[in-house]
Amino acid sequence: MPFHFENKPALVAYVTCGDPDLATTREVILAAIEAGASVIELGVPFSDPLADGPVIQRASERALKHGTSLQNVLTLAAEIREHSQSVGLVIFSYLNPILRMGLAKFCQVARLAGVDGTLITDLPVEESTEYLREARKNDLATIFLAAPTSTDQRLKLIAEVSTGFIYAISRTGVTGARQQMTGDAKALVKRIRRFTKLPIAVGFGISTPAQFAAVGKFAEGAVVGSAIVQLIEQNPGREAAAVAEFVKQLSAVSRQPSARRTR
Amino acid sequence: MASATATRKVPHQTTGKLPPKATVAGRFGVYGGRYVPETLMAALDELEREYEKAKRDRKFQQRLDLLLKTYAGRPTPLFFARRLTTKLGGAKIYLKREDLLHTGAHKINNCLGQGLLVERMGKHRVIAETGAGQHGVATATVCALLGFECVVYMGTEDMRRQELNVFRMRLLDAEVRGVDSGSRTLKDAINEAMRDWVTNVRTTHYLLGSVLGAHPYPTMVRDFHRVIGREARAQILKAEGKLPNAIIACVGGGSNSIGIFYDFLKDKRVELIGVEAGGRGEALGEHAARFRGGSPGVLQGTYSYVLQDASGQIALTHSVSAGLDYPSIGPEHAMLKDTGRAEYVPASDAEALEATVVLARTEGIIPALESAHAVAEVIKRAPKMKKSEVVIVNISGRGDKDIGILRENLKLD
Repeated sequence: MPFHFENKPALVAYVTCGDPDLATTREVILAAIEAGASVIELGVPFSDPLADGPVIQRASERALKHGTSLQNVLTLAAEIREHSQSVGLVIFSYLNPILRMGLAKFCQVARLAGVDGTLITDLPVEESTEYLREARKNDLATIFLAAPTSTDQRLKLIAEVSTGFIYAISRTGVTGARQQMTGDAKALVKRIRRFTKLPIAVGFGISTPAQFAAVGKFAEGAVVGSAIVQLIEQNPGREAAAVAEFVKQLSAVSRQPSARRTR
Repeated sequence: MASATATRKVPHQTTGKLPPKATVAGRFGVYGGRYVPETLMAALDELEREYEKAKRDRKFQQRLDLLLKTYAGRPTPLFFARRLTTKLGGAKIYLKREDLLHTGAHKINNCLGQGLLVERMGKHRVIAETGAGQHGVATATVCALLGFECVVYMGTEDMRRQELNVFRMRLLDAEVRGVDSGSRTLKDAINEAMRDWVTNVRTTHYLLGSVLGAHPYPTMVRDFHRVIGREARAQILKAEGKLPNAIIACVGGGSNSIGIFYDFLKDKRVELIGVEAGGRGEALGEHAARFRGGSPGVLQGTYSYVLQDASGQIALTHSVSAGLDYPSIGPEHAMLKDTGRAEYVPASDAEALEATVVLARTEGIIPALESAHAVAEVIKRAPKMKKSEVVIVNISGRGDKDIGILRENLKLD
């Protein structure tokens, strides 16, 4: 099992790669790992991020301005892996850049880079036959989204093909911070558990230590994305330090096991 | 995985090909499908179910037919363009007059159909994207007719060049939300509409305006526009006693073209010609000719030809006509292109502008700049055809909305 969810909740940190540049992304990720992130989602910038709110849209635009590609993100993943053996690494992408590279090649390169799993935002279970085949061949976890609007029938389907963990979307909508978490998330996690024993990470809209801690009461992981991306945007020149500070605040409110496992 | 199907035949090798499961609905050959975030999947399932039920419901069909007839103005005439035919000196040219419909373009066919579906589903809020503004106006119109709240997303570049339609939508009580991202055109308006939908999916219907997006949209929107070809087929048989040799229509997403093509697909001798926006040059970013510079990929829910760069980022596009200015194309067209059943050619900005003037001055019809691309193709093609041959051009919309652009681009003395 490549993913460690000992902390309650474990922090799954999302970063748009190449924003503002790849060297900074690398520093930010290493700082986040040092400060306690368990899993890093390496966001592949895409020209048409239709599931993302304004913060990640802007980050994607900045990353694409100097041509950040999927290949660049995979190279970055390999560098991160050299520095940390224990952190979970997930490639988080829209489908088209992966299709352009070719699903088979993508999965091979990702595995060689030391990536643990992939999540493709706009690839629902029904369309994922070839992806599942290639990912299994390369021992990559296939992480799928589960939404508050997913029927039980769909949750069952999602549970059947998911490996690693399941990403539960806290509410309908695009990515981005919200003042309040709705009751949707807890209810959804409860429904998902009927179909799986996999760890569940809750994401979309988690931006404060209080929200982070609240998710820890009912899920193994909490994904923080836009809040981190926004810190990067607002702290030019000291991105890594700002993110490290924030991750430490989050880590402080999660319950930690006495001894850390390494793989 | 236990049983790798290594022997499965792959129709053609392209980087990034994604062979579909045979059981997945909404496929046109390898194209189409449903590539959307999980949050939308249940809504698409519901829409598909409701549409299948409505299709078999005679009352639904009767109500739609009545609205098409008494509200939209169907059937539209098939007009023999005598002076244009004489001027070009070749095939007899007929014009299918979708420009005479209420709201000024074929878009109303689909909006009435989906509007009645919204009623069936018990939703009260409708969102839409628009490029040229024709679909936005048709959506706003149907929302006024049926009493729905209406929000239309439109790129700010398109709002500038289609100012008149923006005002029309507001007059009809639609909220027009400008989209300032990307190329600020149709593609970006669709992204923003999808973001609204993913947020408000429980109460909102996304009234998509072309044969694009995730299943069931490409099939459903085509079905609502099939009436164009059905009428044209009966009309030409009556007028000429035979089928036409060719049918020409412009292709943005591809709704008016698939609408007029569909009932002729089985008539193998009828040539089907789709005209894409050739823009102002052949370089990526200078046009919207997906079949000239594009390759298979996934954009906004469907697998089709896409204008993209080497790392899978979607390219910017250009066309003088907002309605054709889009980097992908309906998946059914991708199949028709691959099988060779239809042919796709580009017409440049300059050719479309010139064609607008020609049609205005020979027949007294000012076509929409989109439809003018189809006219440009008939101007090239008809002189090479025999006088005994017959061609139908779909005039998908009228040019009133384009007067501003025409004034900017034409020097009339």
